[in-house]
Amino acid sequence: MAALPPYASTGQKIWHYAYRAICAAIFFFLIAPILVIIPLSFNAENFFTFTPEMLRLDPEGYSLKHYRDFFGNPDWQVPLWNSLKIAPVATFLSVALGTLAAIGLSQPHVPFRRAIMATLISPMIVPLIISAAGMYFFYSRIGLQGTYWGVVLAHAALGIPFVIITVTATLVGFDRSLTRAAANLGAGPVRTFFKVQMPLILPGVVSGGLFAFITSFDEVVVVLFVGSAGQKTLPWQMFTGLREQISPTILAAATVLISISVVLLVTLEVLRRRSERLRGMSPG
Amino acid sequence: MAQGSSTDAFVEFERVQKSYDGENLVVKDLNLSLPKGEFLTMLGPSGSGKTTCLMMLAGFETATHGEIRLDGKSINNIPPHKRGIGMVFQNYALFPHMTVGENLAFPLEVRKMGRSEREQKIARALDMVQMGDFKNRRPTQLSGGQQQRIALARALVFEPELVLMDEPLGALDKQLRESLQFEITELAHRLGITVVYVTHDQTEALTMSDRVAVFDDGRIQQLAPPDELYEKPQNSFVAQFIGENNTLEGVVEKIEGGFALVRLDGGEVIDALPVNVQEVGQRTRVSIRPERVESNLERLHPEAHTLPAVVQEFIYMGDTFRTRLKVAGRDDFIMKTRNAPDQPRLKPGQEIRIGWLAEDCRALDA
Repeated sequence: MAALPPYASTGQKIWHYAYRAICAAIFFFLIAPILVIIPLSFNAENFFTFTPEMLRLDPEGYSLKHYRDFFGNPDWQVPLWNSLKIAPVATFLSVALGTLAAIGLSQPHVPFRRAIMATLISPMIVPLIISAAGMYFFYSRIGLQGTYWGVVLAHAALGIPFVIITVTATLVGFDRSLTRAAANLGAGPVRTFFKVQMPLILPGVVSGGLFAFITSFDEVVVVLFVGSAGQKTLPWQMFTGLREQISPTILAAATVLISISVVLLVTLEVLRRRSERLRGMSPG
Repeated sequence: MAQGSSTDAFVEFERVQKSYDGENLVVKDLNLSLPKGEFLTMLGPSGSGKTTCLMMLAGFETATHGEIRLDGKSINNIPPHKRGIGMVFQNYALFPHMTVGENLAFPLEVRKMGRSEREQKIARALDMVQMGDFKNRRPTQLSGGQQQRIALARALVFEPELVLMDEPLGALDKQLRESLQFEITELAHRLGITVVYVTHDQTEALTMSDRVAVFDDGRIQQLAPPDELYEKPQNSFVAQFIGENNTLEGVVEKIEGGFALVRLDGGEVIDALPVNVQEVGQRTRVSIRPERVESNLERLHPEAHTLPAVVQEFIYMGDTFRTRLKVAGRDDFIMKTRNAPDQPRLKPGQEIRIGWLAEDCRALDA
């Protein structure tokens, strides 16, 4: 934030500090509920509060018992594995279909480009509960309701908009004469795609894929409608766990999810910087 | 205009038309043939169809009508990656995620060439453009001129017989442009490759080419060697487009003995060479190069028609004098004279008479 210029009026000074205070408050409200979960997940007792021992920083007050429960109890392990079986496949489908759609829709001669784009992005805009209800009725008709592939397809549909948006954004900076140059040098369309276009739009593809993965990994509404007990995912288990059997294990689960998200976001940022360096936008 | 098809033609366009929207023709009835080893430049204002022609030859655009042949074989139905034509793009189009060496290796890998042969060819191509030390750099670490050299090396490394260049020097500064112009022509002639070069810079076209095709309105207006193009323009577009030019308008009054008498709109009569006017009474636009205007009437034919002129401006340019005259009602008539001891330095307001050799004054379409 820029320093206050010497000619600032009293009003400007007040606003300058008020602005900082507002920013701080926003960050506090966003981050505090997440951060507070992490120490609580190491609670030695089955409470959702900080015990006096914890506040004294007594080692007796901390334990890994909730993590042991999370990683040992089939009530949590089955949903975790379900999530890990669903999310990567849904992500793969989102990335493959979303990338192709983005490349196709970035060609200038495609008819009804905007309408097609709007349709593909609609799962992001339509309230989730409506998509979920619609998918429920549709998938029931065609026998996908309550199946593994039903959930995978539903999550892929939710992830595609993210991939389309990020890939389209990278394609804006993609120089079309590069594909022409590749063709001119003798490369067929498939080789051109994998050797020239894909490496250059990879950051967009990867960040879209990460968003798609997180969407699937965090999703609870659609899976409640489309899935059955066999596809119980981690968020679903957390959701029911909160209502039925309040156990601090949910905090351990949350901490694991937060860690995964942070790792993914850091990966994203590293990739973004790498691509900027490759394009020569910043000295590297 | 139409060169017809000759047996030794390497690249041929036959009655080629191109329309993007199905209504307007961007290229109208193009006929062109060039022999192996020729350096041909397509010159024209933007929107004249020259780049479209190049793109059709490269295979990035399809001809709406007509046939394009390469070495006697029709290439209409051959996709760009199977044509084996080298190309240098205006914005270089180097792959930014690859090093210079990898960029050059790309066309060789596609052709499944062995590693040692590949390395050898890359080194030779880089040496050709004097970039031997830059193999491991990335394109973003190079200047514009260096990037264009690499692009040139990449277009030549797989030894195509035909190389296309789409305004390759457009983004470079004047000095670099001139030295690269020389390098490109020298390289093209040494390797014996056929080059089709697109530019809107007429100096570039005149200095580099064996022949120049002047494009306008989707047609080749004139196809000729540079000197012929400058000295003997076939129509008023070419006369206007190439070099500096004075025009006067009038009506053909008489055609006799290969020369025409033109009565200008102001009533004066001048001698001219009829180029694309055929009959008496036709409107014409006569074109005279500034350096062919003569103010020393002793050098002209005694019966030559001359015109009165008033000096508007006299500009000293070192080796030449540039005089702006008011002639036949127009005050933008330019006379260019060599700085010689006997050449008078004119003053504004001075009244003189000017004339020219009839063959230097070309009566063209109006």
